[in-house]
Amino acid sequence: MTWGTAFRYALLVSIAVVYVFPFLIQIASSFKTDAEAAQNPLSLVPNPVTGAAYEFLFTSPQSDFPTWTMNSVVVTLAVTAGRVFFNSLAGYALARLEFRGRGAVFAGLVAVMAVPGVVLLIPKFLVVNQLGIYNSYAGMVLPLLADAAGIFIMKNFFESIPRSVEEAAKIDGAGLFRTYWSIVLPMARPALITLVILSFQGSWNELAHFIVVTSDPDLAVLTKGVASLASGAISQGTQYPLKLAAAFLMTIPVAVLFFVFQRQIMSTTEGAVKE
Amino acid sequence: MPVASQRSRGSSMRSRETAAGWLFTAPALIILGLFLVIPVLMALWVSVSDWDGRGSPLAGDVSFVGADNYEALLTGGGLTTRDFGTSLRNNLWYVVLVVPLQTVVSLTLAMLVGRRAIRGRGLFRTAFYFPSVTSSVAITVVFLFLFSSTGAVNKLLSFLSIEGPNWFNDPRGVLHIALAGMGVDSAPAALTTGGLLGVTWWEWLAGPSVAMVTLITMAIFTTSGTFMLLFIAALQNIPAELEEAAMVDGATSRQRFFRVTLPQLRPTLFTVITLGLIGTWQVFDQIYVGTDGGPAKTTVTPAYLSYTASFGSQRWGEGAAIAFILFAIIVTFTILQRVVLRERTTVPRRKRFLQPVDERRPS
Repeated sequence: MTWGTAFRYALLVSIAVVYVFPFLIQIASSFKTDAEAAQNPLSLVPNPVTGAAYEFLFTSPQSDFPTWTMNSVVVTLAVTAGRVFFNSLAGYALARLEFRGRGAVFAGLVAVMAVPGVVLLIPKFLVVNQLGIYNSYAGMVLPLLADAAGIFIMKNFFESIPRSVEEAAKIDGAGLFRTYWSIVLPMARPALITLVILSFQGSWNELAHFIVVTSDPDLAVLTKGVASLASGAISQGTQYPLKLAAAFLMTIPVAVLFFVFQRQIMSTTEGAVKE
Repeated sequence: MPVASQRSRGSSMRSRETAAGWLFTAPALIILGLFLVIPVLMALWVSVSDWDGRGSPLAGDVSFVGADNYEALLTGGGLTTRDFGTSLRNNLWYVVLVVPLQTVVSLTLAMLVGRRAIRGRGLFRTAFYFPSVTSSVAITVVFLFLFSSTGAVNKLLSFLSIEGPNWFNDPRGVLHIALAGMGVDSAPAALTTGGLLGVTWWEWLAGPSVAMVTLITMAIFTTSGTFMLLFIAALQNIPAELEEAAMVDGATSRQRFFRVTLPQLRPTLFTVITLGLIGTWQVFDQIYVGTDGGPAKTTVTPAYLSYTASFGSQRWGEGAAIAFILFAIIVTFTILQRVVLRERTTVPRRKRFLQPVDERRPS
């Protein structure tokens, strides 16, 4: 090994430590007592080890953590299922059906993508309120059910599938929906997985939308709940172990998804740029 | 689109496809129209109205006030203007520091792990990318702990006998601190009398507050992984012969980077900077979770101000106006960046005949 490569590895390892260390500290500190978290913030070995933070989150009557988790799960699953279906349906139409007005639809979607999300905070509230779905699951889920970026991912993928596959189905007399549903969709697995990951991650981590369309504590999702925890809603003192434990727990589902589909995530992002 | 296939099909097929096309796209279009297009139009109306949050903004008792809301923000001179000016100042420092730094960091990471020769590069990539996957709320909670007065960062600093600041509660601007370190702790009169949007030049030049520095650090930590992936992909698309040719010509690694690699990366660089600008001008979550705009309003951003003005103080017109001004800022910055990067491309092109022929291939 030359000095150059040795230096390169040393650099890589030290940067990696910087990137990983915060998470290790987070996990370790969530098992510490309040006093120890303040005294030894750097130590990775809690002494004594205590599960008090987790016990509080799951069992204390003061804790809304189970409610937040349930809301997050319900909303995320609904959004993910809806997005995968509606985006792929629209993506298929844009990729394969030569219909009048397709150009307009396409242009509209591009325009929609250019609007920065922050501009939509107030507007979303206005419409959700007008429709009478403020403070409801409908208001939380419906606005997230389709996204232009997802439609484009599906469209690009469908365009890469050879047309001859569908011709056979058409000759056999299959309708357009049937061709889409039972021929093309099963072939789009890689794109569908990408969409599932993006939708899950996006809606699980979403905060601003839920702040704006709900105020009812019973409808709080994890991001909103943990945010209120961070600003000290139920805390006396700092209670860092409690906050860190909650933040750690909410990271687990996206982390699992990430590690299971890691290869897919890395290659999708790479593929997206090659276009 | 293939003309031949159109011709071969009958016109009944064509109209059937039109019906199906609209049917297939309808759910997505309705959702996007209902929750994206109509809302923007409604908010545009609110930004020029005196709606106070009660009833419908389209009701009869809500009236048109013209540019009043915009005027209050931009030229009013009162607290509204000062708060808006402060939020722009804060966010400008955030953008100016985060965008270049995250671009350099992500490119560096990509250069380090992009090569096939690196062992365990998958592991390194995972480590660098993981922060991008986790929610901004969770990361903010972790950073609140790391940068607390008794937190890990100050503990590390104490090993170097440095007494760390109370990061999230320190409103002092870092440039002011640096100037004070050099003995300059009051402003020349010219800087305190003049100003823009109710904020004196001296305050515009304060630099990001210590609290904002933690948010800047956090932004680089969480976004560099995503951008690293974009750069890795672009690096893999550069033909190996290019670099080999440069090596044969005796170019140093420094020359190879600046004259061969970097020009090839221009499209990706462009994407990363554009996404960076759009993202950094909209910073919201971290402020909402971490600082509430404090200390001393030094972490208030336009996005956060738009939210608090509307949902907090019920000044909906103002909040909507801030959102649209922010929109205009983002568009302006994106166009500006496009112009600047385009101008730069003419410089290397003139130099090009000095370089290997291969490189003249348009990227």
